[in-house]
Amino acid sequence: MNTMLIPLEHVLVVASMLFALGLFGLMLRRNIIFMLMSLEVMLNAAALAFIAAGAHWQAADGQVMFIFILAIAAAEVSVGLGLVLQMRRQMHTLDMNTAIRLKG
Amino acid sequence: MSFVLFYLAAAVAVGATAMALTRANAAHALIYLIVSLLGVAVLFFLMGAPFAAALEVVVYAGAIMVLFVFVIMMLNLGEESQREERALLDFGHWWLPGFLTLLLLAELIYVMGYSTSTLSGGTVLPKEVALKLFGPYVLGVELASMLLLAGLVGAYHLGQHFLARDRGRDD
Repeated sequence: MNTMLIPLEHVLVVASMLFALGLFGLMLRRNIIFMLMSLEVMLNAAALAFIAAGAHWQAADGQVMFIFILAIAAAEVSVGLGLVLQMRRQMHTLDMNTAIRLKG
Repeated sequence: MSFVLFYLAAAVAVGATAMALTRANAAHALIYLIVSLLGVAVLFFLMGAPFAAALEVVVYAGAIMVLFVFVIMMLNLGEESQREERALLDFGHWWLPGFLTLLLLAELIYVMGYSTSTLSGGTVLPKEVALKLFGPYVLGVELASMLLLAGLVGAYHLGQHFLARDRGRDD
């Protein structure tokens, strides 16, 4: 493991690509399940950047932040999927375009 | 050797993510997303963060994706929703977000591609993470626990109707 001298910016570029893909998915898709998946991808990209920074400075802080991101992702997904079920029950669709009217 | 592993895992992660977000079938997208998360876990491992890699597999690819699987199974999305999704995936819909995202990505790469520093190559062990987590970051741990509690209460509240309906069916 001691021979790993990956350039830091390559990892950051990978994280940027993942983040951009997540953003692209969020803008492209109108299905709420896919939008939640895109959010997951973006959170994951942020976590990758944190881990890379932690590896660069040989500090544990990056992994601590990763654990926080994990907790946030878990909370977000549980509430988000609860909302998906509610949306399906009340509007019989998963299309965000029909849910933009509040109290519809 | 580990260089090759790194770039291979990065390519798998990015490719699988791209596939996941452009599928019409939610279940297929989910499998691609799991592959992507496993690829990122390999990246974590190669960067000297074995604990984070294990958490990525267990919590992200395991627990969080299982939640998605449950919901997709409960919703029972049929052929019709796949047709709708496919109709939304034609070029007319995705060229503008694609262009904007590419612009953003180019900027990010431009900003990040300057320096010539490398990763340290050492491994950060779980013990150091735990000492940090329950030392200087203990307030963050408390906040995260409150967030998770709020998430639990919120998910329970939102799922109440399903529980009530199932109970009514049993009677």
